[in-house]
Amino acid sequence: MTILGFLIPLALLMGLCGLGAFFWAMKSGQFEDLDGAANRILIDEENPADPDAATGKTAGRLQK
Amino acid sequence: MNAPATDLHAREPKQDAGDAAAVQTPAETLVDSRFTVPGMRCAGCIAKVERGLGALPGVAAARVNFSAKRVAVSHAQALSDDDLIEALRTLGFEAERAGDNPLAREDGETRALGRALAVAGFGMMNVMLLSVSVWSGADAVTRAMFHWISALIAVPVIAYAGRPFFASAAMALRYRRTNMDVPITIGVLLATGMSLYETATGGPHAYFDGVVMLLFFLLAGRMLDAMMRSRARSGIAALLGRMGKGAHVLNADGTTRYVLAEGLAPGMVMLVAAGESLAADGVIVAGYTTIDSAMLTGESDPRPVGEGDTIHAGMVNLGDPVRVKVTAAARDTALADIARLMDEAGQSRSRYVRIADRASRFYAPAVHSLALLAFLGWLLAGAVLYKALLIAVSVLIITCPCALGLAVPAAQVVAAGALMRRGLLIKDGSALERLAEVDEVLFDKTGTLTLGEPRPLDLGVLDEEGARIALALAQASRHPLSRGLASALREAGVVPAALEGLREEAGEGLQARFEGTLVALLRPEFEVGGLAVDLVVGAARTRITFADPLRPDTRQTIAALREQGLACSIVSGDREASVRQVAQALGLFATHSMKPAGKLALLERLKRAGHHPLMVGDGLNDGPALAGAHVSIAPGGASDVSQQAADAVFVGAGLMPVALAVRAARRTMAVVRQNFALACLYNALAVPLALAGLVTPLIAALAMSASSLVVVGNSLRLARCAGKAARAGSAAGGGA
Repeated sequence: MTILGFLIPLALLMGLCGLGAFFWAMKSGQFEDLDGAANRILIDEENPADPDAATGKTAGRLQK
Repeated sequence: MNAPATDLHAREPKQDAGDAAAVQTPAETLVDSRFTVPGMRCAGCIAKVERGLGALPGVAAARVNFSAKRVAVSHAQALSDDDLIEALRTLGFEAERAGDNPLAREDGETRALGRALAVAGFGMMNVMLLSVSVWSGADAVTRAMFHWISALIAVPVIAYAGRPFFASAAMALRYRRTNMDVPITIGVLLATGMSLYETATGGPHAYFDGVVMLLFFLLAGRMLDAMMRSRARSGIAALLGRMGKGAHVLNADGTTRYVLAEGLAPGMVMLVAAGESLAADGVIVAGYTTIDSAMLTGESDPRPVGEGDTIHAGMVNLGDPVRVKVTAAARDTALADIARLMDEAGQSRSRYVRIADRASRFYAPAVHSLALLAFLGWLLAGAVLYKALLIAVSVLIITCPCALGLAVPAAQVVAAGALMRRGLLIKDGSALERLAEVDEVLFDKTGTLTLGEPRPLDLGVLDEEGARIALALAQASRHPLSRGLASALREAGVVPAALEGLREEAGEGLQARFEGTLVALLRPEFEVGGLAVDLVVGAARTRITFADPLRPDTRQTIAALREQGLACSIVSGDREASVRQVAQALGLFATHSMKPAGKLALLERLKRAGHHPLMVGDGLNDGPALAGAHVSIAPGGASDVSQQAADAVFVGAGLMPVALAVRAARRTMAVVRQNFALACLYNALAVPLALAGLVTPLIAALAMSASSLVVVGNSLRLARCAGKAARAGSAAGGGA
């Protein structure tokens, strides 16, 4: 039964990690544009170096 | 790389500036601008807009929000909004400045619900983990320990995730009313208190799992409701912003700057281009043009105006650019009167009580007296106080309106989703409830029964080559007549000709060369009745006249509405002659020359007579009527004011979504009633068990999830129903 003392906190910790990840994702605007995210996977990358790279990087700020 | 989103909030501003420096000169500061681009429909469009804008010198970043049909651009100050709109136009997208996000508050609400749902989900899973062990036979010390851990998880979770319900219940009680949240709150609080007592005394039954699960299901219902609203509103927000939100104001040195409507003051001189709408009342100081006042008064025929004439905010310039001296702005415009009427008219609607709250008026007292009776009954039968209280609480838990909380939103979300795919955006669930009660439909004429855009009367005057040249010319201009001509020709399947040296002269028309000959789209040399343009090919000159046509499926829609037992009529602000023409063509009763207040009074009369009128209208003059009607729908091309006042907005050229909406709303309410019946049936089975004192936490948990799943499953049938109805509707339309 002593294994419970280890497993229950572990389960809780994992749950909390998931919850934290969800909160983070929500705060960083990942649920703002669900249709867009679904479509973006179809975009071909032409030149991964510039301006698109900048575009992707500043996304979080611009979505607010 | 197109990573969906990375958080920049944490980053140092210095690094941000460094990023920008890679693209443009380091000394300049960056500003953010937002534009709505309704034309984005696919992944290709996202890439085109982002790459096209990103390649522009001075633009640091561009990011598309596809759901809201917006693009956010971070750019150097030297680059003006107009330059960016022009850049988008060369990319092939019509764009408009987007105002501050009016939906931010709604978004915050959805987000708060999302967080509460996540917390409840976390709590539910972990408490259930412990509860399953208890149900499968853990006892004595292990059970007590598991109950304590459950309490440790559940109490903070309930405190956090229950807030939306507690706040709403407190609000209702403060006004001495009751709503769905009152029985929920009482049930949750009593069950939590009871379970804590059980835990502390080492008793066998703790209901933490049931309470947290209840909150989870109820929050899921609320979340569905909120998501439906925010989806519809972001769809509508993408349509907004096309009406005079501001104007180009002439500076003393001859340059122009863009001023928002609130910033306009009497004495300023606005430069109003063709196709723009006025942001303030004023007097024309230079130029002659044609003004379309359909939005403001419902008049369909454009009116020629010149120097010295007064024109009002909300009118659209159809002809040449003019200079207008502002005489009244913001609160003093003719529009402001309409806004005041709307405010008054809108109040009656806020008194509408939604079906869930109506149900809870009977439900809550019934449940609470039942629990009280159970408590007294067991006391009289000789049970100890503790046992009687336990049974009363288990009655409350088992009757907690878990399925009821889901019964309405689940059905409405499914129906609204199906309607959205058919081109109708419904703002909230209460609109669907009110739509189902409609018994009379009132249509505005201009822009509602008709397209509200000038279209060429007869394309037959053009030969094949002429049509190709006309399309190539017309699609290069933003002038309303050019746009009408271009879209009519595109619908006819015309392919544009290849032209050289195309140029547009404001007030004159478009010119180009086609295989060596001079071709042009010019305004007629002398004034003609109504709207017209001349197509010039070499020496030949062809006149194309324009009119505002009926929407293509108007007759079928009226027939479909009558089939559902609804009386239809026209209330128009237009003159008698043009209203009669449409009324006779459609076989409808019509009233003409109605002022905004007159339309509102007519609706009030109908409502007092016990009718539930549906108002369909687009103009600013329809605003008060839209706000005052039992329920209202506006077309996607309507004025901002109308779209905000209406309960639903339909997009596209067809009127059929109006008929579909009523049909879908009625079907939705039928399913909602079935859901209520299912929930009652569940109660009829479960309550005797609870009264007999046989409900353990396991039974409560099973009953609750089973009833919720049944209700959700029943609601999902609506997706198929709505699809079938739409197909049947279009089939009937095709046959008629």
